Amino acid sequence: MTNSHSPAAIRVTGLRKSFGQQVVLDGIDFEVARGTVFSLLGPNGAGKTTTVQILSTLIPADAGQVQVGGHDLSGEPDAVRAAIGVTGQFSAVDKFLTGEENLVLMADLRHIGRRQGRRRAAELLEQFDLADAARKPVALYSGGMQRRLDLAMTLVGDPRIIFLDEPTAGLDPRSRRTMWQIVGSLVASGVTIFLTTQYLAEADELADRIAVLDHGTLVAQGTAAELKRLVPGGHVSLQFGDATVLARAAQMLQPTSRDDDALTLQLPGGGDVRSLRSMLDGLDQAGIEVDGLTLHTPDLDDVFLALTGHPDVPQETRPQTQEANAR
Amino acid sequence: MNAIAYTVSDSATMLRRQLRHMLRYPSLTVIVVGMPIVFLLLFVYVLGGTMGSGLGPSGAAGASGAAGGRSAYLEYVVPGMLVMTIAAVVQGTAISVAMDMTGGIVARFRTMSISRASVLTGHVLGSMVQAALAIALVLGVAVLIGFRPTAGPVEWLGVIGLLALASFALIWLCVALGMVTDSVETASNIPMPLILLPFVGSGVVPTDSMPGPLRLFAEYQPFTPIIETLRGLLTGTSFGNDGILAVAWCALVAVASYVWAMRLYERHSVH
Repeated sequence: MTNSHSPAAIRVTGLRKSFGQQVVLDGIDFEVARGTVFSLLGPNGAGKTTTVQILSTLIPADAGQVQVGGHDLSGEPDAVRAAIGVTGQFSAVDKFLTGEENLVLMADLRHIGRRQGRRRAAELLEQFDLADAARKPVALYSGGMQRRLDLAMTLVGDPRIIFLDEPTAGLDPRSRRTMWQIVGSLVASGVTIFLTTQYLAEADELADRIAVLDHGTLVAQGTAAELKRLVPGGHVSLQFGDATVLARAAQMLQPTSRDDDALTLQLPGGGDVRSLRSMLDGLDQAGIEVDGLTLHTPDLDDVFLALTGHPDVPQETRPQTQEANAR
Repeated sequence: MNAIAYTVSDSATMLRRQLRHMLRYPSLTVIVVGMPIVFLLLFVYVLGGTMGSGLGPSGAAGASGAAGGRSAYLEYVVPGMLVMTIAAVVQGTAISVAMDMTGGIVARFRTMSISRASVLTGHVLGSMVQAALAIALVLGVAVLIGFRPTAGPVEWLGVIGLLALASFALIWLCVALGMVTDSVETASNIPMPLILLPFVGSGVVPTDSMPGPLRLFAEYQPFTPIIETLRGLLTGTSFGNDGILAVAWCALVAVASYVWAMRLYERHSVH
């Protein structure tokens, strides 16, 4: 962490929450240093949103200690509220008002004062590229514009700790980039950001530290580089000419996965030249022709899939990350 | 600023928000104000002639003539219509509260350091403004078609005070009802009985013309003393201890609804 001696912006120990019989958070611990981006990563239903809702005083925890901005969550919820800004997963704008009125509303509720509130509203409209639409009702805004306004509203009053719950869900690639830039500039100004996402590329791009949440427990925590080390060596992907060759190779190599349509096999390991050579030699001796070979250095996809071993996760997460990586 | 100053300033901010909503999307206001006016005209011009003859001498003491018919009925029905106006306005309250609660903006308010009551207070004050406008309009139409109240300044103060108190109580009730439902559709139906209650009271006909059990209900339900008191103040009929009963009912409904609404707001889970 960057500032190990300054107090943490968020400190969570033994946080638990159940809804009826269903345990959503089963005792999680983490710390977020001031002025850093912390990303909570996890598949749908892992408990990410519940965590944000607890930390932002929306719902009470069942057990555990939480400090946000140096204030105890259960003891001084109003002090916590004064220190934070929240942009939830669902649009939290007043659709009957204009963009400008929404921002002035926030300024009034933050007790900033009329003139200063208006000035801040104008600044934010400019910064978020909404100046042209300032006097239009929000109901007429596009999804991306509503998202930007949503975040702009969170920034009125300059909160020092900001929660972003899947801030780029449903945004087009360009809007997602814009959002990333905004997050970057906020952190540069010393704001602490708590971000949930299921886009691995997003965590990789933005987060200083990442925690992987699965079934209500944190299964891993660290920097992106540290997490990638958890999946040693990435993997090798082999391409074959036809199904018979593929089948013979599969029998011989014990692949981690096999794609009969693409005629590829995926094997663990990768960077290690010696093991690679011996594998290729083996295939040679068996008379199996390899058409192509790709080396994959580990990325967060691998970490995610290795740590949150659900059969339903890959289909859901893969395409989005690949799309993000492709740009 | 201290806590009370914050509460006042936040409530004022929320009221401004409600008034903006009303100005920008006046259709809801037009409907809730229009309905009682239509009812008033229907009752007076369609039913009024017959109903007025059936009122008997006790029905309209201040009527110009015994055979007043329509004009006697107009005099009788206005207090009931005023209460129905309040009932119509609070339908709108329930709808707008439900719309707010199902949207994300209230979740945002909850994460902000603002007075907890102010979101609901904003709705209540907004609806009070709406109710005042609606009542003034209905009274205006009533006067236009011949309603001549005999009330002096003191009686008028009583009329305004009781209407305000009744509005306040029913608005808080509907704030709670708007939160108890999960959908805007349900919220628009739940307060329906409030519109019907004046009928099953002394709103459109005297209760002594009703059969046994219904009459018993009509005499003891809360709207009847409110209507009787308004009628007494406006047209000089006697209303005995109905005035105290009316105020007591309003106070009871207001306090109970306020407590219920605040609890619901604290507990309301986010979406």
